[in-house]
Amino acid sequence: MAEPLLPPEFADLEPFAAEWCLASEPERYAKRLASRMDELQAFYDAVFPRAEEAIAYLDRLPLHDLPDDAQRLLQLLYSLILVSFAVEIWRQPYIPDTGTASFELKLEPVP
Amino acid sequence: MFKQSPTRPPKQYPKPPEGTWTEHYPELGTAPVSYESSISPEFFELERKAIFERAWLNVGRVEQLRRNGSYFTRDLAVAKTSLIVVRGMDGVIRAFHNVCRHRGNKLVWTDDPRVETKGNCRQFACKYHGWRYDLDGTCSSILQEGEFFGIDKADYGLVSVHCEVWQGFIFVNLAKEPSQSLPDFLGPMITAIDYPFDKLTERYYYRGDIRSNWKVFLDAFQEFYHPPILHGRQNPVMSNPEYQQQGFYTMHFQIDGPHRVGSTSGGAGGLLRPEMYNPIERVFRSGLFGPWDPSEIVRGELPPGLNPGNKKHWGLDSFQIFPNFAIVFWETGWYLTYHYWPVAHDRLIFEANAYFVPPRNVRERLAQQLGIATIKEYALQDCGTLEATQMGLESRAVTSFPLGDQELMCRHLNKVVNDWVADYQRKCAEA
Repeated sequence: MAEPLLPPEFADLEPFAAEWCLASEPERYAKRLASRMDELQAFYDAVFPRAEEAIAYLDRLPLHDLPDDAQRLLQLLYSLILVSFAVEIWRQPYIPDTGTASFELKLEPVP
Repeated sequence: MFKQSPTRPPKQYPKPPEGTWTEHYPELGTAPVSYESSISPEFFELERKAIFERAWLNVGRVEQLRRNGSYFTRDLAVAKTSLIVVRGMDGVIRAFHNVCRHRGNKLVWTDDPRVETKGNCRQFACKYHGWRYDLDGTCSSILQEGEFFGIDKADYGLVSVHCEVWQGFIFVNLAKEPSQSLPDFLGPMITAIDYPFDKLTERYYYRGDIRSNWKVFLDAFQEFYHPPILHGRQNPVMSNPEYQQQGFYTMHFQIDGPHRVGSTSGGAGGLLRPEMYNPIERVFRSGLFGPWDPSEIVRGELPPGLNPGNKKHWGLDSFQIFPNFAIVFWETGWYLTYHYWPVAHDRLIFEANAYFVPPRNVRERLAQQLGIATIKEYALQDCGTLEATQMGLESRAVTSFPLGDQELMCRHLNKVVNDWVADYQRKCAEA
């Protein structure tokens, strides 16, 4: 079995980690657009119920000195934020009525 | 007379004695307006000269130039130029046209001359023939200087651009001699603002390339009439009649010269019934109106200049600084800026920056992340819709458009643009 990516307490989310622990918003947004709704729903159904615990876990750690596994858990929550719009509101990966307009995040804090 | 609409704003948002905000500013009139100025390439050519080469334009913030030698470039298609904005070795921020004095090469760029760049250096060196410039614009070195004819380096400094700073915002003016200083241009309503901008250094920057006129686009960001409809599906709050009553009438309008402000109750973050929020918002305590929990800067009195109408249930101010810059202050202690950079009569670059107090922990970071993610979901809907508006206007099937009292700020921008263009034409005729 591959080396775990997430803290042991969140081992149940490992199946999503390799694909969804992405470092930047453009990567996460592209992943959302490239996913089918059943994939987004499966991700949301697995991660959303663990969000409170994940926040509580991460909140005990220093934001700017997170261990690698905790940083990946944070990235998973960032992905949850983007996926939530597709699942909770649009019922589709794309924002409706946006045509070909572009609006891209060019600068964001790290991690 | 302006006909009273059958639905009335909430009682706590009284209108001025004239009966409407629009009639409080009689120079605005109440007649339907033309958007010919947004679909005419000829008018756009006038706007370039009359507005964008005469008004003060915000090109960034001092935090982008933290150290002596820090610089960034800004490509202003509307003025057909690129600028270098730099903090010199003496700490002074200056702006120059980004053009080598030798043969006109764009001086500072990286890899792609069509892309803006930034960095830190002690001198600028031209990639073409190696002419060098100090950060105060002085030409310091000409390769094979003896080969030139009667040349004096002192005559070949970079072409400077008027540059002034207000509250950490760097403004430039492309006129040879600006008719007003920056504080005079900004006027009393804007210069009354004294906000701890330097404490909100956590920055997110969005950029969009949109096929609509800059004013058509800007108009959607200066009225609160459209959100319950265009964005109605996005948020249970938006489509709720109770919230529409309390949240989407502008409680205060104010005009000062070419600038304007609208204040609303904001988002009442977290104060509504739980079912009025999306599940993600309840967990992350954030949403369209930003983090629900106030940042440290709003503990205590509101910074001077905000809530200019001194309203009781104040939640946000949307300051529109002519021509193309907006600052939106939120009650929970963060702010947004918008810039609308025209490229052509039917195209603009839209920039949105969100600034927060740096988060102290993961929970605060996540609340900020949800806030900025929500901005994108909304803004992209605006982007798509405003391309559709541009198409509708360009048909010229309809040429006269009614604006309600809630759209006073759109009416004002339309008038100010026309006034500046008329003033420019008059001055050209006199010259």
